[in-house]
Amino acid sequence: MASPKSAAIAALRRQLMMGDGLSPSPAPQVTRLGIAAIDAVLPWGGLPGGAIHEVTGPENDGAATGFCTTLLARLSAGTRPVLWVTAHDDLYAPGLAAFGLSPERLIVVRARRAAETFWTIEEALRCRSLAAVLGEVRGPSRTVARRLQLVARSSGVTAVLLRHDEDDAFANAITRWHVVSARRDDAAEDDSDARWRVDLVRCRGRIHGEEGYVARWFVEWRAATGDFGVVADLRDRPDRPAPARMAR
Amino acid sequence: MWLPTFATDRIVRRRPEWHAKPLATTTAAAGACRIAAVNRAGQACGIAPGMTLADARALVPDLVAVAATPAEDGHALTRLAEWCMRYTPWVAVDPTDQDGSALWLDVTGCTHLFGGEGRLLRDLEARLARFGFAARAAVADTPGAAWAWARFAALRTADDGIVPSGMHRTRIAALPVAGLRLAPDLVETLHGLGLRRIGDLYPIPRAALAARFGRLVLYRLDQALGTMPEPISPLAEPPAQRAVLAFPEPVMTAAGIAAAVQHLVENLCDTLAQQALGARRLMLSCYRSDGRIATRAIGTSAPSRDPAHLFRLFREHLDAIDPGFGLDVMALAATEVAPLAPSQASLAPASDATARELAHLVDVLGTRLGPAQVRRLAARASHIPERAVARVAAGTAPAAPAWPVGERPLRLLPHPEPIDVTAPVPDGPPMQFVWRRCTHRVARAMGPERICGEWWRDDAKPRDYYHVEDNAGRRFWVYREDLYRPDAPARWYLHGLFA
Repeated sequence: MASPKSAAIAALRRQLMMGDGLSPSPAPQVTRLGIAAIDAVLPWGGLPGGAIHEVTGPENDGAATGFCTTLLARLSAGTRPVLWVTAHDDLYAPGLAAFGLSPERLIVVRARRAAETFWTIEEALRCRSLAAVLGEVRGPSRTVARRLQLVARSSGVTAVLLRHDEDDAFANAITRWHVVSARRDDAAEDDSDARWRVDLVRCRGRIHGEEGYVARWFVEWRAATGDFGVVADLRDRPDRPAPARMAR
Repeated sequence: MWLPTFATDRIVRRRPEWHAKPLATTTAAAGACRIAAVNRAGQACGIAPGMTLADARALVPDLVAVAATPAEDGHALTRLAEWCMRYTPWVAVDPTDQDGSALWLDVTGCTHLFGGEGRLLRDLEARLARFGFAARAAVADTPGAAWAWARFAALRTADDGIVPSGMHRTRIAALPVAGLRLAPDLVETLHGLGLRRIGDLYPIPRAALAARFGRLVLYRLDQALGTMPEPISPLAEPPAQRAVLAFPEPVMTAAGIAAAVQHLVENLCDTLAQQALGARRLMLSCYRSDGRIATRAIGTSAPSRDPAHLFRLFREHLDAIDPGFGLDVMALAATEVAPLAPSQASLAPASDATARELAHLVDVLGTRLGPAQVRRLAARASHIPERAVARVAAGTAPAAPAWPVGERPLRLLPHPEPIDVTAPVPDGPPMQFVWRRCTHRVARAMGPERICGEWWRDDAKPRDYYHVEDNAGRRFWVYREDLYRPDAPARWYLHGLFA
């Protein structure tokens, strides 16, 4: 039932999106994460393409890498190539394959200096044959960030920036995630292989609560099936359900 | 092309004040110091190679004698041969020469680029004279005739060096028999019989010539007359395709160089398109007016003849070319080509366009970062974790993977990092470990998974891998090197991070 009011709101929301670094037309391609609880909170029903997404996590923890790998696997949809810009050259193909990112669809680029990294990301974002570009970066400057955003928007290629430093947020990202490992239950019936605490720290179109994040989930991964599930962790769960309020 | 006084010219280039003096290089041979090479002034005074230095000094007291450096002369001659590739890709250093040095240039089909044979010769001699090298160059139908003409013909102007096509038999007839590249004693024998000119040999029956003087005379005569082919093996294998651009005035500006490269790339791509080829490696040679050569090479991950793409790859390199006092000639060679079928853009499937676009990206990244930095990951048949993945060229077609069984980490450290481990039992899993100055208490451990070294390698120590989870949920892949021995402390390493 589309009332004139809701249509006007939808139009306004589209305008907001355009101002926020999403491609104006055609509508950005949305990739579902495949985790229903998370897709429901994202205003687009998934990750919009042609924009920048930022993932942070400590360096001595593989969870953020795992989350990024999952994102790339979803964006690649098993057929389209993706490019990963790394500084340390420590990606291990069998591990990536376990998260659904088939290594023969992956091009790994090693860039040693920050300038080379950003140049590589920008060049790769111009290539429409790629599904996504992942860059392991450290605090890009505002100018660099703006450049990457413009390139991503014009080509429609999605950029994922993985950061291990905890500096201020990368202003042009339309979503920002913080992913760390979470402790699993000691019970023997816990058959999951990994558990992450996934915080959606920032998201265009959603405002975050006093806790400093928009929403928090505990995500479990099972290697045998390769699927994810959201668990309600009693100890670490926030007092009330994750707030998903609309931007005013 | 004959360089009669190459060795001494090289010395004069360094010491111009010796230009007019008698100058000789010497080698120690057979217990005496002998003259190896001598310049024109020295020759005029009667000094010849092979004299002892004492005899030469008796003739010319102020003779400047310098130790000969045959190895350096050889290198310099090779460099000069490389410089000569501005005229033709087919350049060779003459292997048969004893006096002076010589180079072969096969200019077949190249002369029109420089305005004809005469202008090419004038240009070549003028440039060599500016470098300080005396040169006598001749163009003839056969290498043998050119050799004889360069040494023995009267060359007053550069045009005298040209033996017109088909005329070499009559022209060289008047030259001495030494022009047939024969040993001095053989020349003496011929002289003794009154056979002084090459033409004197023409009427003699071939069988008699061979029987009397050996096959070499006949062989050299046939080579000079062209009845026997004489292959010249070039210094470097000539490239499959080449485009050359010679400038009337030296080019110095970056914009001029870029325009020239664009022109060359377009020319080369036209040639490649006619032959249904694509370039895999391209070499750009810039010949500077001071005789230096700047070269830049690019490679592509897939055969290409797209001028815009190839020019873009070169643009990364153009800043690095130092034009010095200007570039005279630029040459672009396709040193490696591969078949590339002509394509019709409208009919090609979309996947082709995608693959091409990706190949272009790989080339651009590889040109700037180095091809080794742009890689795909491929499986390799090894159960050693770090050897199970090969980094292959990104341009290669992806193969069906066969990844090792067992749970593997997402990140594998390039070098396993030593950790301090507290283990309750010596050959059991760790209870606590310190990695990068952080203490991790182990909440769960799985394993061990024993991976033995490959017996054909020296470092074949077995490893016991544990998959451990600390109390924050972080998961690591650690191993203990070697089997448990009561007398030696266990060595533990952290090798990877799980997600």
